[in-house]
Amino acid sequence: MKIVLLWTDMMVWLLVISLLLWSWVISRSPQVKKLWHTIFKSSIAMASAIILLFYLLFALLDSVHFRLAIPTTESKSEKLQYGEITSLLDVMFSHNIKNTERTYSAPFATYEYAKSIVVDEHGVTKQEHLPLKHVGDGDDIVSKSIFAGFMGLVIAGTLIFMHTLWRKRRGFKSELPWSTAYVTFGFLIITFTWLYLLSYHYHVLGTDKVGGDVLYQSLKSIRTGVLIGILTTLIMLPVAVIFGVSAGLFGGWVDDVIQYLYTTLSSIPGVLLIAAGVLSMQVMMDNNPTWFETTLERSDLRLLFLILILGVTSWTGLCRLLRAETLKISQMEFVTAAKAFGVGKLTIIRRHIVPNLMHIILISVVLDFSGLVLAEAVLSYVGVGVDPTMHSWGNMINQARLEMAREPMVWWSLFSAFVFMFILVLAANLFSDRIQTVLDPRNKA
Amino acid sequence: MSTILTVTDLSVSIDKEKLLNSISFEIQKGEIFALVGESGSGKSLTSLAIMRLLPEVISVQGGDIALQGESLFTLPEHKMQKIRGKKIAMIFQEPMSALNPVITIGEQVAEVIRIHLGLKKDAVKNKVISLFEEVALKNPQERYGWYPHQLSGGQKQRVMIAIALACEPELLIADEPTTALDVTIQAQVLKLLKKIQHERKLSILFITHDMAIVAQMADMVAVMRNGEIVEKAKCKTFFNHPKHPYTQSLLKDAMVKKEKRQREKAGNTLLEVENLKVYFPIKKGFFQRTVDYVKAVDGVTFSIDKGKTLALVGESGSGKSTIGQAILSLVHTEEGTVKFENKNLMGLKDKGLKDYRRKIQIVFQDPFSALNPRMTIGDIIREGMVSLEVGPKTRVLQDVYIKELLLKVELNAEYFSRYPHEFSGGQRQRIGIARALAVEPELIICDEPTSALDVSVRMQVLKLLKNLQEESGVSYLFITHDLSIISVIADEVAVMKEGKIVEQGLVNDVMQNPQNAYTKKLLLSAPKLPNINEKESQL
Repeated sequence: MKIVLLWTDMMVWLLVISLLLWSWVISRSPQVKKLWHTIFKSSIAMASAIILLFYLLFALLDSVHFRLAIPTTESKSEKLQYGEITSLLDVMFSHNIKNTERTYSAPFATYEYAKSIVVDEHGVTKQEHLPLKHVGDGDDIVSKSIFAGFMGLVIAGTLIFMHTLWRKRRGFKSELPWSTAYVTFGFLIITFTWLYLLSYHYHVLGTDKVGGDVLYQSLKSIRTGVLIGILTTLIMLPVAVIFGVSAGLFGGWVDDVIQYLYTTLSSIPGVLLIAAGVLSMQVMMDNNPTWFETTLERSDLRLLFLILILGVTSWTGLCRLLRAETLKISQMEFVTAAKAFGVGKLTIIRRHIVPNLMHIILISVVLDFSGLVLAEAVLSYVGVGVDPTMHSWGNMINQARLEMAREPMVWWSLFSAFVFMFILVLAANLFSDRIQTVLDPRNKA
Repeated sequence: MSTILTVTDLSVSIDKEKLLNSISFEIQKGEIFALVGESGSGKSLTSLAIMRLLPEVISVQGGDIALQGESLFTLPEHKMQKIRGKKIAMIFQEPMSALNPVITIGEQVAEVIRIHLGLKKDAVKNKVISLFEEVALKNPQERYGWYPHQLSGGQKQRVMIAIALACEPELLIADEPTTALDVTIQAQVLKLLKKIQHERKLSILFITHDMAIVAQMADMVAVMRNGEIVEKAKCKTFFNHPKHPYTQSLLKDAMVKKEKRQREKAGNTLLEVENLKVYFPIKKGFFQRTVDYVKAVDGVTFSIDKGKTLALVGESGSGKSTIGQAILSLVHTEEGTVKFENKNLMGLKDKGLKDYRRKIQIVFQDPFSALNPRMTIGDIIREGMVSLEVGPKTRVLQDVYIKELLLKVELNAEYFSRYPHEFSGGQRQRIGIARALAVEPELIICDEPTSALDVSVRMQVLKLLKNLQEESGVSYLFITHDLSIISVIADEVAVMKEGKIVEQGLVNDVMQNPQNAYTKKLLLSAPKLPNINEKESQL
């Protein structure tokens, strides 16, 4: 087995590490700790956070890539052969990858969706629904569901019980809405277990045009969506903060240059810029096919490039906000006091300005996240988004364009993409709402 | 005399916390009733309750308010709307935000008249102009079409008064109407209010924190504290025989004890400012060419001796704060020299300045914006020590040093690890002083350090500053607009007007025997308390 580290994987894990580091830093400051405590006091925020964590978990599972060695038949082979790049999520759903059908099938169906022409043993041509290759007989759905639900209950119950026990032992007496958290958690675990266990016997969310399992596709798309949401904000954040703060603090020609830059950038239509960037990248990749060992690496690089382009085009709004706020803060007397102490400019930025901008940064990051997830869908639909071979909600919706025109309609691809994306964006929005109420100093009574 | 307004046992609370605790008072016709108290005592809340304009989260728990015998709480909202403006009118503290910036002032007054009196076009205009004449606004015909930004603060407040008077109300509620104004303007506005009140036989509910204004204006006085009226009396008896201990201490704090300062021989000169000029360019046009300058400080010369205090007095815009910043090299100076211990600071670069940063420090006006809300008190005080390398070098020793400093400014050493938002204005100002003291400066520039504080707290902070001076021999450049505190803190005083010093000298000389016309006007404008101690000293 060989571990493969794709570019985006690297960034994801870097991000996870820095997030962990950050939360460790936070846990040392009683003020910030209290703030986060207040955020989670709302049951909506708690539920949203758990849903977001679930999505993150899938994104992370899908970010561990490796290539399994292909067992060679000849005993003395000179070189180990490696198979396709797979992730942990692929291993979990290997049965779904293997069990592809011929074409469309509805959720839980046992027969194909469309009729095919068959010649029976008597030589008569007939049109009929062919049975699916990899499903059960359809009578055991209820019994299997009950079993799966029971399994989910056991798993969720055990985990929740362990957590309450741990809380008791630590003697926590917090007023966080744990019951809401447990209900959300239990619900998610039970739903997922049900979907997962039944996916061994059925295509729970149906299959697409080439017989691929839609549930698997939707889950794979989580990584794409979450990555675009998080990494793009991560790329644009330093640009926006550095430019915004220096424009606000230094003024003069620095301010002029930065203002000129973002006015120009924001007057070019964003889609045009992204399309130009992605297409020129596409040409470059087509001219150099030797750069990539596998198609996955290729589509991964395209994803990374899309993230970069999105990051470059989306920093202007936050930058403008931060510039204005910095202007305000730099007139505050505590900044003058620091200057009177002969404190350097960089220290003033680090110690006095950026901490007082934190609430704006945090709020806009969470708000931008959901906007970017939606942007991916739109861009892929237009055709300048992620690679067509990559699983993403945008690509699923793009395919659904033709499926919706069929008679009878094929609705489940669009439906799955919609539900998965809707829950993610809704959770992110609700969570950001809460962050906004707690962090915005104007809301303090 | 008939009673205009009766407030009986009014209680108001938010959640379960009582904000007003069964207060009662009466206002007679043609009377100025002053409601005095420190911030948070519930003065403004009372006025809002009378207008029935309390925010929704605050609810009336009990009691009644009656206007000419008619209970206001039982009225339906549409009738109440008629009463607001027509029978009870209100003027606010901040004239800048009380006027709509996109409507002409004449139109704003006319709107009220149209709604409540139902007059027609020309009649309305004539009425507005006569109102403008009444509030002594010059050129009323022409001013009718002006916008609020074209007026000064005092003029805006006159327009506000005109709006309030437009419908000939029975009761005028004035909520700190002069707090945002300069002393000379304040005197004019107060005089105007008094005149109008006299002519119209108007009743005024006058809300203020300034005892001197009360003495000048009021017929009746009620002192509020923590949502209760602690004392209620006729103005004269109130000032001569305050009963409640809180009122007594309040009056004592407001009264400035004239101390005889010993005139020591002039010590060593610490700071010499010579012909200092600070100009701010006015830039116009596409290329931002400098077309003119605002002469914020225009040729100022003064000096401060070691261990002495120079008070810099002036109204807003006179350039006094700019001088402070110029001494600290925080603004660009056009011309002149600032000599500290005989060394010129002008033209020094960051590195050379660092030694002097340690010796000159600053305390600010607004205690809320002077401390970084994201830093602990300990870190705030430590910042200067680390940057300028003063005091102990290790963190542990620094902590001890900072805690000692906190005790020195009469704060609890346990405040070390708390954040600024947990403190009151006075406490924050002490923290600001501790921050300046941390680097052991020889000169502290105090930029209006007490103007945002309540009277009693103001006195404490001034005392603290004085004690610190006696202990460590630090000099102060005390920038203020408040003439009443000068004799407490300062040895010398310089009066500023439009960027220039018009009079300068020892405190007693200037205060008792002003030479310059502007100084005389300033001293005359300042509201004065009737001197209670006078009688005692005469005995």
